[in-house]
Amino acid sequence: MQIYVCVKHVPDTAANIKIVGETGYNDSACKFIANPYDEYAIEAAVQLVEKQGGEAVAVTVGPESAVGTLRSAMAMGAARGILIKTEEQFLDTDLTARALKAAIEADGKQADLILTGKGSVDTEGFQTMYRLAGAMGLPVVNEIVKLEVGGGKATVEREIGAGSREVLEANLPCVLGATKGLNEPRYPKFPDIMKAKKKPVDQKALSDLGIDPSGAKTKLLKLEAVPERSGAKMIEGAIPDQVSELVRILREEEKVL
Amino acid sequence: MANIGVLMEIEGGELKGTNFGVLTAAHEQGKNDVYAIVPGEKADAYKDALAAHGAKKIVEVSVSGADLSKSPDLQARALAAAIDEYSLKGVLGLASPIGRDIFARMAADLNLPLVSDAVAVDFDQKTVRKSHFSGKTFATLQLDAEVLLCTIRPNAIEAKEASEAAEIVAFSPSVSDPGRVKVVDAKLSASDKMDLTEAPIIITGGRPIGSADNYKILEECARALGTAAVGASRAAVDAGYAPHSMQVGQTGKTVSPKLYIGCGLSGSVQHFAGMKTSKVIVAINSDKDAPIFEKCDYGILGDLFDVVPALTKALKES
Ligand SMILES: Cc1cc2nc3c(=O)[nH]c(=O)nc-3n(C[C@H](O)[C@H](O)[C@H](O)COP(=O)(O)OP(=O)(O)OC[C@H]3O[C@@H](n4cnc5c(N)ncnc54)[C@H](O)[C@@H]3O)c2cc1C
Ligand SMILES: Nc1ncnc2c1ncn2[C@@H]1O[C@H](COP(=O)(O)O)[C@@H](O)[C@H]1O
Repeated sequence: MQIYVCVKHVPDTAANIKIVGETGYNDSACKFIANPYDEYAIEAAVQLVEKQGGEAVAVTVGPESAVGTLRSAMAMGAARGILIKTEEQFLDTDLTARALKAAIEADGKQADLILTGKGSVDTEGFQTMYRLAGAMGLPVVNEIVKLEVGGGKATVEREIGAGSREVLEANLPCVLGATKGLNEPRYPKFPDIMKAKKKPVDQKALSDLGIDPSGAKTKLLKLEAVPERSGAKMIEGAIPDQVSELVRILREEEKVL
Repeated sequence: MANIGVLMEIEGGELKGTNFGVLTAAHEQGKNDVYAIVPGEKADAYKDALAAHGAKKIVEVSVSGADLSKSPDLQARALAAAIDEYSLKGVLGLASPIGRDIFARMAADLNLPLVSDAVAVDFDQKTVRKSHFSGKTFATLQLDAEVLLCTIRPNAIEAKEASEAAEIVAFSPSVSDPGRVKVVDAKLSASDKMDLTEAPIIITGGRPIGSADNYKILEECARALGTAAVGASRAAVDAGYAPHSMQVGQTGKTVSPKLYIGCGLSGSVQHFAGMKTSKVIVAINSDKDAPIFEKCDYGILGDLFDVVPALTKALKES
């Protein structure tokens, strides 16, 4: 199986996002990691290759430093990496999808499967996999929690709320977005991390792939910190008094009951 | 004057309650007519409720010879056809697993921009507000598009009554299924529990709950609270006290209820990533220095095993 895994280089979710100007943030103050949902995709790809043979290739569109994220994907078992370089803090999803498509096609091998995460934790777009699949004319299913590949098709399950699931089928090649529940991503061991340092990373510019970065249809006008609550109003007294005061406040003042 | 479409989600033969906030979001866009788009042919049952929330037209969408629920691509194409048919200048839906999926398929097909999981939308300015960085920031995005596509975070916009005389029209576009993805089975959960993302009120138990069985005291309180669901922290899920479908937070569900009651939660950044945009947050914690008291609206200092049953009792009595 020839599998491509799309991995995004994102700020650690525990990082403090310090806003700079109207639409930027201080990324030099943040630790960057592989998008957490993309780790389920990497794990799924590596497991398939372990079982069925072939190759898992990690692909990212991002800055030079995103090589670090490719290395962590390779430490988990991806054979090599492809970096499409851009310097923007926020990438247009359509542009990203076009770049991923071009990079996968330029790699010269017929993809059997393309895996992504269910969404990126920085921009929370939830759509790049659909645009990639659309551009390539391939089937797509997102938020999968179960995957079986065999007989030229993928059978997947996804949650549709309150524990209910849908079972779907798609012929290969297809694009699948992974989420928590699909597997337990492995922690790379030290020798795997060392080995990953020697694995090849192919670096390309957008222009090498013939991609014009203009024409984004979504423009970020403003980024602002979500206001923090200033601290609780503590409700005093013995427990029976506290709870009846709480019920009164929720009903009469907040009107949420 | 123009028209705005709203895709309705139906579950177990009923309109999901969170649809109404999305109808309100569409209805508040000045002089526009709201078209409620209902997959299937049974819109009659929903007519009064839809009219009471501002729907001027109810569009029953079906494709002859096809079951829309079996093909998400076909559903996306049928919805795209409704944009043309009714000159819609935008379509809103729920940012649920189904809504996010259908809208992304449609956006990719039509090559239109899409904002998923928005908390506010303005058709005049063509701007949408949404969370970035797991709830740490809000981004205002402007869409360069003739047709605005956007899914709204459930419960983020409060439903308001707005009576219109809804008229039902049947729409049967001739669209074909690209035949790429097939739904072959649905495994419906046996319980009739409400999904966390749908619930207008959530009560959550953290690690100190101590066992799966102890969630009963929260379930009882949830019943006394009305339409409420029970959630869990990752610490409680990892300890095996609750299933993952109950987890709230960065690696669990993102929720935005009007009332969130956290019992025995420390107030971790990752938990707050999933519930920070709740309207009112109440914390019950036995440690007066627990960080959650710094980030919530009301606090009760006490043991949850004393406070929660007392709260249930107070709710039942009042
Ligand atoms: C990558 C990553 C992702 C994560 N994703 C999530 C996520 O999605 N959701 C999530 O919840 N966490 C997530 N976490 C974990 C998170 O960091 C915390 O460890 C977790 O939320 C803590 O759970 P807790 O508040 O239930 O337990 P604790 O931190 O143990 O806090 C328990 C609190 O209850 C109080 N208490 C103790 N006994 C009682 C009692 N009898 N009555 C009342 N109060 C009592 C204590 O004072 C304490 O404040 C994630 C962590 C990482 C690293
Ligand atoms: N810049 C990128 N490089 C590689 N993969 C990406 C990039 N952006 C998005 N993806 C993939 O697409 C998924 C969905 O991203 P998004 O649409 O931004 O939420 C992510 O989980 C990644 O797998």
